[in-house]
Amino acid sequence: MSLPQPSQTDFNDPRLAATRADLVRALRAFLPADAVLEQQEQVRPYECDGLSVYRQLPLLVVLPRTVAEVQQVLRLCHARAVPVVARGAGTGLSGGALPVGDGVLLSLARFTRILALDPVARTARVEPGVRNLAITEAAAAHGLYYAPDPSSQIACTIGGNVAENSGGVHCLKYGLTVHNVLAVTLVTMDGELVEIGAAAPDSPGYDLLALIIGSEGMLGVTVEVTVKLLPVPERAQALLAAYDDVERAGQAVGDIIAAGIIPAGLEMMDGPAIQAAEAFAHAGYPTEAAAILICEIDGTLDEVAELAQRVRALLLASGATTVQVSQDDAERLRFWKGRKSAFPAVGRISPDYYCMDGTIPRRHLPQVLRRTAELAAEYGLPVANVFHAGDGNLHPLILFDANKPGELGRAEALGGQILELCVAVGGTITGEHGVGIEKINQMCIQFSPAELAAFRAVKRAFDPLELLNPGKGIPTPRHCSEYRQLPERGPEAHHRQ
Amino acid sequence: MDEQTRNTAAHQDLTTELTEHVRAAAAAGRPLKLRGAGTKSLLGRPVADSAEPLDLAGHAGIVNYQPKELVITARCGTTLDAIDAALAEQGQQIPFEPPRLGARGGPAATLGGTIACGLSGPARPYADAARDLVLGARVLTGRAEVLRFGGEVMKNVAGYDCSRLMVGAFGTLGVLLDISLKVMPLPRCSRTLVQACDQATALERMNRWAARPLPITATCWADAGDGGRLWVRLAGAEQGVLAAQSAIGGEPLPDDQAATFWTESIREQQHGFFGGDLPLWRIALPQATAPLDLPGPQLLEWGGAQRWLRSTAEPAAIRAVVSRCGGHATLFRGGERTGAVFHPLAPPVLALHRQLKHAFDPQGLLNPGRLYPEF
Repeated sequence: MSLPQPSQTDFNDPRLAATRADLVRALRAFLPADAVLEQQEQVRPYECDGLSVYRQLPLLVVLPRTVAEVQQVLRLCHARAVPVVARGAGTGLSGGALPVGDGVLLSLARFTRILALDPVARTARVEPGVRNLAITEAAAAHGLYYAPDPSSQIACTIGGNVAENSGGVHCLKYGLTVHNVLAVTLVTMDGELVEIGAAAPDSPGYDLLALIIGSEGMLGVTVEVTVKLLPVPERAQALLAAYDDVERAGQAVGDIIAAGIIPAGLEMMDGPAIQAAEAFAHAGYPTEAAAILICEIDGTLDEVAELAQRVRALLLASGATTVQVSQDDAERLRFWKGRKSAFPAVGRISPDYYCMDGTIPRRHLPQVLRRTAELAAEYGLPVANVFHAGDGNLHPLILFDANKPGELGRAEALGGQILELCVAVGGTITGEHGVGIEKINQMCIQFSPAELAAFRAVKRAFDPLELLNPGKGIPTPRHCSEYRQLPERGPEAHHRQ
Repeated sequence: MDEQTRNTAAHQDLTTELTEHVRAAAAAGRPLKLRGAGTKSLLGRPVADSAEPLDLAGHAGIVNYQPKELVITARCGTTLDAIDAALAEQGQQIPFEPPRLGARGGPAATLGGTIACGLSGPARPYADAARDLVLGARVLTGRAEVLRFGGEVMKNVAGYDCSRLMVGAFGTLGVLLDISLKVMPLPRCSRTLVQACDQATALERMNRWAARPLPITATCWADAGDGGRLWVRLAGAEQGVLAAQSAIGGEPLPDDQAATFWTESIREQQHGFFGGDLPLWRIALPQATAPLDLPGPQLLEWGGAQRWLRSTAEPAAIRAVVSRCGGHATLFRGGERTGAVFHPLAPPVLALHRQLKHAFDPQGLLNPGRLYPEF
């Protein structure tokens, strides 16, 4: 039992069907007919998010259009003690939006309006279902943009970004969602509307905004978000450096930062990832290299010219075999193309892949890569590494074939081992994808029972009946004591399956 | 204290002693008044005299500093001066320019008090705020438990972000034993420009510049009876600063004067504006808000997002004006300090505060009443 097993329920169970019929009647009293989905084939599209190995049909799906409707839905569910799982675009990678069988799936997909965009104050007030990239597109006319750029930014919504504290490839310089959101309007489980944060800095009292961002839909439902917009840099330039040794590439990252330069993006890929990406995207990557670094510098014209020269010299001094400097935006985007399509590229060379999300103190990179390779050999599954090198966020991609008996189990067990390795070197099990259902076991490794109890106390401060997104994010003491007592967490346990 | 003892005292781990202290206080139901160097003791509301002092200055020392990873971890009693010195050796800094606020020649401000008060200096809107740079903390709660939240890495979304929750909580949720901060490189070049203009013009200019990719790191407007002047600091790569200087214009201030202006006059509030006994209000606003119609002189920072006001006007009257603009007002210094020193919270927000206080400090032992009279 390496996998966290969500409780499985049968959609057609008679008791559930009665609950459903009852709830649908009550919901239809204030929601239009098309806002309540109750047929099995209607709710099927909501059975999973971006982590599709976990599937569960919800009791029913609601698609409200107004904040008042969200409040009414939550009030009703609160009164009847029905669990609620909120969902944006469903692009999450940790099963955070996985439904619960006896609970309502609350889709915010119809909240797609940009309510206000103030180019002078550089803020945008948007509904939660607005796509991440749509904010940047709306701001572009004013020379502004929204900084966090998760790789799903075409599809993912700002509400989901708030839930996950999403990052992207520019975090080291521009921060995560928590650094770029000024305020949210939240509906708590009892239907109360709460304004958290403000366009004015340093809201009085506790920093509730920090708590909400990254809370994976467990504290409240976000119905409005105010984001900060930044001026688009005058110029961006990328450097592509090849190395015949992964450790040397890792040291180069430290050399750039020690020289006082904060790149806008600093990404690393290892040999298997380079080869897959090049075959897929034809970005001009040196396929014989053991590692490549992509370093992007942005700022004013003069600043970028000065810094690109310095970075080039540092990369060469660090032992890069080749360094290419983008001459125009087309070339810069070509450098990025391979990196940005690394996941689908790996998806093409392997029937399935499983993406990990640990963050480590960067000085432990050689040790972590070495141990990951050993673990990969033990479990008999190849691993390609894509690394947000600037901020230490590692995405090992485990290649497997779900149709081969036992491989999915082995992939997940290997993933769990890699995450525990990240914790052992002082890192964390998740840098930007969230805990969800996926990493609930590893929470028991990263945090002590007292720390987990504090998280649960925070949860109850917002949601005393624990109805919002149950079973995600924070494990119960019972779950952890069972997981800690597992006699065997190695590969053999899964070979035996 | 001789030199040897002083050195030792600057590096000691009192986790066990402090935990025992809180445990004993919890057993006796005795409230505690948290104290570092005492440089921020005049901020917020006073804690009742009956509370027993919990001295935190001794729990000091840099635990881990990794310049190449931009992270430093230090115990709460470590002075900002000690941290600055260690960072400067590696060409780095605490980017939010934390105010010290201590008396000249008095005890030096500590990291713990700085983070507990959550104040940021002139760079705040252009760099990051105190809360933005906190990566993790080890916290001693009112249950006498030592909990570690966050960590020493930039990206970490495991569990709720309880370390940032502690920033600005004035010690009411827990004792910040150790704090991990993201640090940043010192800029290679810095230039301050001065322009004569009134407040409305200054607001218009600061917001216009901020919408362009210029390397601005601080702004301030004050009127010393001269019709008003606007100070702008540019910092970063030399070529970028020089280009921005010609784009913005204004009289350059000599480097030593510029450093004194931002550090002493503004960050440490030695500017004439801050002298005297009139109540000092700190008003936070959406940065593009038009000049506020309030009685008393104002000094603006943060592109217009932070406005200082000297005024004897009724707190309710000040807050009514500020609230209408989407801001909040803190009675920063002076005036009547037993009432609502911080902007009153909306009822559902206050209810959440009470529940969170209960989660971390169920007996209400830590700094009771320091933030709000209700908890």
